[in-house]
Amino acid sequence: MKTHNRPLSPHLQIYKPQLTSVMSICHRATGVALVAGALLLVWWVIAAAVGPEVFDKVQKFLTSWLGILILFIFTCTLMYHLCNGIRHLFWDAGYGFRLEDVYKSGWITLSIAVLLTSITWIFVIILRTTVI
Amino acid sequence: MGWLNFSKNAKISVGHTYKARKGGVRIKNFKVYRYDPDKIPNPRLDTYEIDLDNCQPMVLDALIKIKNEIDTTLTFRRSCREGICGSCSMNVDGTNTLACLKSISDIKGDVYIYPLPHMPVIKDLVPDLSSAYEQLTSIKPWLQVDKPHSIAKEHKQSPRERDKLDGLWECVLCFCCSTACPSYWWNSKSFLGPAVLLQAYRWISDSRDKQTEERLNMLDEPFRLYRCHTIMNCTNTCPKGLNPAKAIAEVKKLLVLRK
Repeated sequence: MKTHNRPLSPHLQIYKPQLTSVMSICHRATGVALVAGALLLVWWVIAAAVGPEVFDKVQKFLTSWLGILILFIFTCTLMYHLCNGIRHLFWDAGYGFRLEDVYKSGWITLSIAVLLTSITWIFVIILRTTVI
Repeated sequence: MGWLNFSKNAKISVGHTYKARKGGVRIKNFKVYRYDPDKIPNPRLDTYEIDLDNCQPMVLDALIKIKNEIDTTLTFRRSCREGICGSCSMNVDGTNTLACLKSISDIKGDVYIYPLPHMPVIKDLVPDLSSAYEQLTSIKPWLQVDKPHSIAKEHKQSPRERDKLDGLWECVLCFCCSTACPSYWWNSKSFLGPAVLLQAYRWISDSRDKQTEERLNMLDEPFRLYRCHTIMNCTNTCPKGLNPAKAIAEVKKLLVLRK
């Protein structure tokens, strides 16, 4: 029977987004974003090695509103990927596969990621107000 | 990449609307995917208005009502209407399930019904599952023993050995899980998918089977097993409440431990 003319049934466009699949695709997206974040760090370190003028420029950018926004997204990404990565390690060891546990660990992961990001930025704000 | 493979006739247009008789109070819209290589070459979504006061409670009941009373051309698979045969698997309200086990009252708003996702469509709600069946055949889903076993003698298992098969043998092969898996959508040729891997684990776990090593060797390959990224859509959607993701994780563990 010829099959190549058959339409493909709809998939991504009709499948309901759910915690399981959304957290999975976010894990992959944050993983990719972290590579960009790592390059940002490398840029910062190289600037420090090159000399004070270059470092000043980079520092100025990173402390501008755009720089801070990028750093904020970077920390969100990092904390999410870290927490969900630990969740994946539990799965790799064979734990946490009951559906209710999957949902529980999903919400816990999201909460801890938000908490860690908040703590980081509260720390940043305190440091900035006390140092300057 | 499979997901770029939107063939020309995969776009779904708005189809006909079949109005309910006047006087109905609890009218619900059923929006059903229609495709017929001869009569509907471009898939469309037909709307059937159903009076719930004149319809049995399950989604399958509504489909049967449509076929019996409104539009006899609607095509779908069904048989047992009680979740045992696995025929009426389809995408209802955004997730895969058996239409016979899904209550209409659980669905808010219009009821959208599509065939199992990312499969070639034969007609309406009937997908072509032949490649999935071929994959099932590839894992040899039968008991393999060293020497021919006398049929006069029982093939014994201890209760504990038998317990290992619970949660695996109940699978009715409806393929709701495999067609809910994004990884299977993009790699359906090389990745076996949750349904088939659950069956693979069922035979690996069987104390009577003597080909465990061979079965594990067959799965120890980059695509067949390891395209599973623990997305968990499979377990989330299984209408029988089984856990394919757990079965796959157990196979991965066995492969690590034997090295």
